[in-house]
Amino acid sequence: MPELDAVDRKIIDKLQGDFPLCDEPYAAAAVQLGVSGDELLERLQRLLDTRVLTRFGPLVHIERMGGAFVLAALQVPEERYDEVADLVNALPEVAHNYRREHALNMWFVLATETQGGIGAAIARIEEVTGLPVHAFPKEREYFVEMKLAARA
Amino acid sequence: MSDAAKLDAIDRALIVATQGGLPLVARPYQLIGEQVGVSGQEVMARLQAMLDAGIIRRIGAVPNHYAIGWTANGMTVWDVADERVDELGGYVGSLDFVTHCYRRPRALPDWPYNLFAMVHGSSRDEVRDKAARIAALLGEASRGGDILFSTRILKKAGLRI
Repeated sequence: MPELDAVDRKIIDKLQGDFPLCDEPYAAAAVQLGVSGDELLERLQRLLDTRVLTRFGPLVHIERMGGAFVLAALQVPEERYDEVADLVNALPEVAHNYRREHALNMWFVLATETQGGIGAAIARIEEVTGLPVHAFPKEREYFVEMKLAARA
Repeated sequence: MSDAAKLDAIDRALIVATQGGLPLVARPYQLIGEQVGVSGQEVMARLQAMLDAGIIRRIGAVPNHYAIGWTANGMTVWDVADERVDELGGYVGSLDFVTHCYRRPRALPDWPYNLFAMVHGSSRDEVRDKAARIAALLGEASRGGDILFSTRILKKAGLRI
């Protein structure tokens, strides 16, 4: 796990939202962190390079633009796990994918710009893997706030 | 979501231009504007409008949870009585350690669970303790539950349109 110092943790904790919309937003955001804009840019680049951050930018709510977002799972035979992971991950519609401990051992999220895109992506995954996809579309969202403070 | 907003070609181009991330340069909105063919001011105004409309949830850092110390991640799933699930889902979603909470369809007979709540911790025991708090909150309305611990991130690319 990459080493994080106090400034890195502050960047992670303070910059998960409300990034300024102004001409020089990194310089503006850097003020509250007590560093220069250039230092913030260097640190963000390093945090991205070391995969402490997976992205830095806007998070789009695809359903609000007419698209769809569906959780789905596969029961993958252990001896085929890596092969199937590569096949599933190759689809651009797969936004993220996790291995989990359960008979349904591969859980991924499909995000498509149109409602119909989900069915097409599921059909494609079933075709290339030969495995049935179990889709769990959300019926209701009670809460989503994917912000966690740095503990490392 | 029934209130899907209509995006014009420029909004869409802005989403495409930023889905890999905001450029790490002093004036990122200016640079995006040059790529898309509008001014930096217009980029900012349109991003603000998309934030206001909820099309963009937020702009900022997306951490890898494992790398920042949240090394245990459990998708907790519960079989909650249909007539109680909306009320209880709201309570579970308001717990400070739950990052997502949804109602989803059961897939009987193998999958009886209709309430999903994502829980993060620094250890599996911490996640189990938090799941126990969810179980206590659900009480008799829950006929059972499970915790699906994640063991590997296979992909985390985010949205690509």
